[in-house]
Amino acid sequence: MATITLKPFKTPELIIECNNITPDAFAGKTPAEIAELEIFEGKVREKLGDFFSVTGSSGNTAAETDILIDGDCSRVKYLGSKMTVGTITVNGNADMYVGGWMKGGKIHVKGNVDSFCGIAMEGGEIEVDGNAGNYVGCAYRGDWRGMRGGTIHIHGSAGNDIGTFMLGGTIIIDKNAFIHVSTHAEGGTVVIKGDVEGRVGGQMVKGDIYVFGNVQYMLPGFKEIDRVQKEIAGESATFRHYIGDLGERHPKSKGKEIYANLYVKASA
Amino acid sequence: MPKLITGVGCPYCGSSCDDIECLVSDDGKKILETRNACVIGNEIFHHVSSPDRPTKPRMRQADGSMKEVSYDEAVDFTAKALIKAKKPLIYGFGSTNCEGMSAVARVAERAGAVLDNCASICHGPSFLAIFDNGYPSCTLGEVKNRADVVVFWGCNPMHAHPRHTSRYSIFPRGFFTTKGQMQRTIISIDPRETDTAKLADYHFMLNQGHDYELFDAFRTVLRGHDIPAEVAGCKREMIIEAAEKMRNARFVMIFFGMGCTHTDGRNHNVDIAISLTRDLNTHTKSSIMAMRGHYNIAGPGQVWSWQFGFPYCIDLSKGTRAHMNPGETSSVDLAMRDEVDCFVNVGTDAGAHWPIAAIKHVKKHPFIAVDPNICMASEISDLHVPVRVVGVEEAGVVYRMDNVPIQFKKVIDGPEGVPSDEEFFDRVYTRMCELTQTEPMWIPAKGHAKASSTSEH
Ligand code: SF4
Repeated sequence: MATITLKPFKTPELIIECNNITPDAFAGKTPAEIAELEIFEGKVREKLGDFFSVTGSSGNTAAETDILIDGDCSRVKYLGSKMTVGTITVNGNADMYVGGWMKGGKIHVKGNVDSFCGIAMEGGEIEVDGNAGNYVGCAYRGDWRGMRGGTIHIHGSAGNDIGTFMLGGTIIIDKNAFIHVSTHAEGGTVVIKGDVEGRVGGQMVKGDIYVFGNVQYMLPGFKEIDRVQKEIAGESATFRHYIGDLGERHPKSKGKEIYANLYVKASA
Repeated sequence: MPKLITGVGCPYCGSSCDDIECLVSDDGKKILETRNACVIGNEIFHHVSSPDRPTKPRMRQADGSMKEVSYDEAVDFTAKALIKAKKPLIYGFGSTNCEGMSAVARVAERAGAVLDNCASICHGPSFLAIFDNGYPSCTLGEVKNRADVVVFWGCNPMHAHPRHTSRYSIFPRGFFTTKGQMQRTIISIDPRETDTAKLADYHFMLNQGHDYELFDAFRTVLRGHDIPAEVAGCKREMIIEAAEKMRNARFVMIFFGMGCTHTDGRNHNVDIAISLTRDLNTHTKSSIMAMRGHYNIAGPGQVWSWQFGFPYCIDLSKGTRAHMNPGETSSVDLAMRDEVDCFVNVGTDAGAHWPIAAIKHVKKHPFIAVDPNICMASEISDLHVPVRVVGVEEAGVVYRMDNVPIQFKKVIDGPEGVPSDEEFFDRVYTRMCELTQTEPMWIPAKGHAKASSTSEH
């Protein structure tokens, strides 16, 4: 394995869009070549080397390439978007679209991420030590095919619209979430270890949601059917099991309607 | 002899009434009287002759004062600011014609700007819902002729769209609705007892911000499932009764406004309203429509979708492709995150409508306001460019809230030397091409279209 280290030395005036910071783009290139890669600040084309010092060496293939960003990327968009393999570690915050449209590999952000983290993700792993903004693992606007695979683990809290139009994969939020979890989802699993304000599973067709804390406002389209013992995200608990959204269409299997499941941890 | 001009369009609210009559003075310079318009519509026709209306661009000086400059200087300043900026934002278009919007789009493309309209802070969430879930809509004529259950969700047309209820939605007698109001069941869903709610047969005074839950309850009931005794502060019995009314109607019309798009959940409130409309169509006919605010705010959605494929929040900074993702490329978000370095306000008042914090951010950079009147944006701008008032001094195409295009007329001549939005931005475009030594690209049909839309006395 070979590691390329990027160290930010200049804060952009606006925000920079770096679609190129992926193991796929770095593999087989020398630091000097990497520094020449094109990035955008608004309509102005600039070079990666204008904002980051590049040291270390990249692997021959993307799978052998690790990228370490040693500093803050609060004003850097698209980190690791569309990557397929390899790893990226950020010692700081990152802006929008971390791991958007990602297919494989691993991203670890040690700070916070802004909105659209893991948008339309297909595979791989994203781990965020801090908080996430809105739209974690959501679909792109107007796309009915949201997150399809992979895992997003946010150790802090997240905003609204988690897993909108989700089809597969797993999202784990260790703390709280605001509103709209798995809206329109047709698959996948979302686990929220803390509280959610409401709108959990609205217009949801299929898939699972686990809430360990409190759901302040339940949707009227969810009906409690039983209590179950389940183990999820490393914790075992008794959950109240709801099905829904009863207002939404649902597919049939063997003559029986398939509903989405919402598990809310039963208070002791 | 004063002249009566009929079939005039009202450049005010989204109802875009096209039956206004104006009595114009002999010299064609002053409107003496208007007929058919409501109070707010009437006001706009008389406002144009206000003596303190600016007729020259004004530029901010080093000492902070504003000084009158020529239109050539204004064109030059705007062109240079747009070329210099890394990511300019051009925003507004609540009150201009489609010709103006198209001209600005040409400038935006050349400037690598973000192009956004007031929908961004208004019915933008409705667009998101429409992208996600479709838009089973109709025209206002169909509402008038067919709708026998009309739902006003989070909107108050009695104040915001005064003639909407008399022309289309509550009172008029139509082809299948010969008894007018007697034949219609009106349902108002609003946390406040508005004047529209007072007219309604059912008023759901829901807890503010819980629209989504109430929509979900209607959908659940329509699918034959039970709901809790109370949802969003509304009683189960009342929800079931109203749902039955809708199911048994001949044509259900849902109008929604800011109460849906600007409370928690925003686009999802509209999203689930669209799902409800779809559900209702398994029982009867049903349709849904956004209560668009301004007379031509549906215009940019039409014009730019045709030009760029997106109706709003269009990031053209990459030159070769348009990118749209509200939340990122929406005006207030761009401003709050310091992502833009030049701001052009066209035919709206960002100064009055935006959060103060967002305005403070864009104020760090060149701030240009193009608007016929003195407004908050014009007063804080570095350059204010007055233009003619569309629908009064300038003809043009506008899209009504149901996306029906209407050719608006010119009623009187504008102040001497004052250009239209289109003329001003065409000059900016030409200047930008001169400065960057590039060839301007005009659509061949443009000259022809211009000739046929001028002066309709
Ligand atoms: S209802 Fe609207 S469009 Fe009609 S006259 Fe009044 S302000 Fe003008």
